[in-house]
Amino acid sequence: MISEAALDRILPKVTKPARYTGQEWNRVRKDWSKAKLKIALAYPDVYEIGMSNLGLAILYELLSQQDDILAERVYAPWPDMEDALRKAGLPLFTLESKRPLGEFDWIGFSLQYELNYSNVLNMLDLAEVPLLASERVDMPNAPLVIGGGSCTYNAEPLADFFDLFVVGEGEEVVLELAQLYLAVKASAAPEENWKEDFLLRAAHIEGVYVASLYTVHYQSDGTISAIEPMKAGVPARIRKRILRKLPPAPIRPVVPFVRAVHDRAMVEVMRGCKRGCRFCQAGMIYRPVRERPMDEILEAVDQLLANTGYKEIALVSLSSTDYTCIEPLARELSERYAAERISISLPSLRTDAFSMALAQIIQRTRRTGLTFAPEAGSERLSRVINKGVTGEDLLRTARAAYANGWLRIKLYFMLGLPTETMEDVLAIANLVKAVLDVGRRERGRRVQVSVSANTFVPKPHTPFQWLPLQDAASIRERQMALRKELRDRAIKLNWSEADETWLEAALSRGDRRLGRVIQRAWQQGARFDAWSEWLQPELWRQAFAEVGLHPEFYTSRQRSLDEVLPWSHIDTGVSDSFLWDEYQRALHGEPSVDCAEGCMDCGVRAAFGLVGCPPAGSGRGTVN
Amino acid sequence: MTPQSTQRLRIVFRKGAEIKYISHLDLMCAWERALRRADMPLAHSRGFNPHPKLSFASALPVGFIGRAEMLDVILEQRLGLRDFAARLKAQLPCGLELGSVTEVPVALPPLPTRVAAAEYEVAVQSQDTPDQVEARLRGLLAAESIPRRRERPDKIRIYDLRPLVQELHVVGRLKDMTVIGMRLQSNAQGTGRPDEVMAALGMAEAVRVIERVRLILLPD
Repeated sequence: MISEAALDRILPKVTKPARYTGQEWNRVRKDWSKAKLKIALAYPDVYEIGMSNLGLAILYELLSQQDDILAERVYAPWPDMEDALRKAGLPLFTLESKRPLGEFDWIGFSLQYELNYSNVLNMLDLAEVPLLASERVDMPNAPLVIGGGSCTYNAEPLADFFDLFVVGEGEEVVLELAQLYLAVKASAAPEENWKEDFLLRAAHIEGVYVASLYTVHYQSDGTISAIEPMKAGVPARIRKRILRKLPPAPIRPVVPFVRAVHDRAMVEVMRGCKRGCRFCQAGMIYRPVRERPMDEILEAVDQLLANTGYKEIALVSLSSTDYTCIEPLARELSERYAAERISISLPSLRTDAFSMALAQIIQRTRRTGLTFAPEAGSERLSRVINKGVTGEDLLRTARAAYANGWLRIKLYFMLGLPTETMEDVLAIANLVKAVLDVGRRERGRRVQVSVSANTFVPKPHTPFQWLPLQDAASIRERQMALRKELRDRAIKLNWSEADETWLEAALSRGDRRLGRVIQRAWQQGARFDAWSEWLQPELWRQAFAEVGLHPEFYTSRQRSLDEVLPWSHIDTGVSDSFLWDEYQRALHGEPSVDCAEGCMDCGVRAAFGLVGCPPAGSGRGTVN
Repeated sequence: MTPQSTQRLRIVFRKGAEIKYISHLDLMCAWERALRRADMPLAHSRGFNPHPKLSFASALPVGFIGRAEMLDVILEQRLGLRDFAARLKAQLPCGLELGSVTEVPVALPPLPTRVAAAEYEVAVQSQDTPDQVEARLRGLLAAESIPRRRERPDKIRIYDLRPLVQELHVVGRLKDMTVIGMRLQSNAQGTGRPDEVMAALGMAEAVRVIERVRLILLPD
């Protein structure tokens, strides 16, 4: 255990020291000596980001409820804290008991963003845990390192460092793994190394991917010829795990002292998204749609507010305005909590009249800003990505927003979408100008429009997975064109930096050879790559060069239908033929219907043996 | 515009070592949330973005313990003091402890304007003998002025620490530590910081614990 005195020597000198001291409301402290399985839940970014993650909150509450299990939290120390820890010779520790990570049975990382990978290695190193799974396998006392979250849909670049990954929804798998772990450990002879036995048996649990049990064969051109299990009985493909019914919403989340990025209560109203936007990885990998019944949501909100003291409740999902009962739900919440001045928020709105009506229901007082994500500027491109909103929709919605009291509108677009031309880019500019004009006519000079034009990264398991990342020069050209067109003080324009984009593209689309690149970059000092002030792109380029790999091989190459993609053994239930068809339809500008309008036969229904998909009508929370 | 039914309560509380690294802003937020969890009928400010009417006597710097910190809260309905205290206690996070709750007149001036001075106890671990520590204190008290630099993000200011030090003495010894007590001015005209005093004593490195033990208010 790290002593208070030891912490007092370093904490006064670091920024936001309360990131490292815990004691928050609803944190769970359990008796260390009584827990049979001790799990450190780790988030490889700073506290304020990690504390906003709903997935970890779900697991923390679930694991803490189990009699035999103790779960504690740890986040990436900010570079000043890392320095202080290293200088003082202190290992990384959890917030609850202040024990070093190395004393836990499992370290479970939430992997949500590729630019956090260097922090994963750094946290293991600060915990004095050997980085490579192959080094740990013969050390019965080394913690098991487990990864979960959206990055596990292509976890290959991290394969060397993790003992296993959980692909898909973790609520059931984690308990099955815990049971297996305790059983194998208990039945092992004193000197026996039982880890390999455990991993082999774990690989049979649906949703568990033990990367070390698979071998990847490469062709002379560097592409993959095959990915094969090395032992009999290990499944050739790893099917993601889903829950047929949404598990109970967490109602006792830890309330941070240090203000988190999303400092509010969250209730998950729905999992999955019916829309089928072709660029969107979440929309493909989190299928099928499952809604939480409205009465369950109302009950959860009531308890959440009573247990936390938050003033804001967010109804979260990939597209909450698509929740069947969203309007009655918003109305009910708004009426129930008006006297207590609780505000209700939806992460983002669709550009339609319905969304506008919703916004009016939930934001009765402070009408500051509204966020919309048209993603494409032209209607042609909107059809390519299957977003299905028109410029007219946006303008009508914007007019209603301004007329009803809002002054700031935020618009999300992407640059570098497949088939995009300069004409499409100029269409973004025209749309933004038209929105501003509408605003000025309604409200005069106080109106503001902020525009975010991030570069599109084609992601695994989407219809665009075969496509290259648009080259940096033409992205630059498009960014400049936007800047030239949008020179108005009322318009704020920002975009993602090219260095961040290529690294994200390489790491998200890479194979397991990238493990050495990540390790090299970390050794050379890569940390907090998701933070532009810390990202050192040169260091990553050099790491690629030293390992003898070309980032362009991963980012800039059109892949063919018959190429074995690095993530091809990960089975989301969505078939490759559906993804390819969607890609072809995109090229022809053909829209596809959403799951509520009709079934495009993506494969999920068959893969999981679902009868109703998505759940028809309201209030049905399950698919069966 | 204050309805008769409102009630102003003065809360004395401890900010313990467990949460001494929480900033004042975050502490305010933690109090607001605890009061909301306790379902207290908080009075709010008017306007588009209403805030509960909480008023803290004085911000405690990050890293300090507070033995008897103070905050006033205004309720829009009257509550029994015992009921209030019991409900609140159940909702306070670890490190926040309720000392006392008393009712004060709603019309009193805002709490921060009533603070005159603060008493601190600073535990130090140094090579000095008790006599040497005493000698350092006498030296500081004997000085006419003690110029200190205060670095702000925008500018550097030189100020005189001496008039802010009203009392300075050795309280006693606690295990291997010497505890130094001091009373420092704390108002709009100037606020003395105990860590500054320790630096002026040449003992900054020896400081182990700083605790604000009492806030001294002007008579009402």
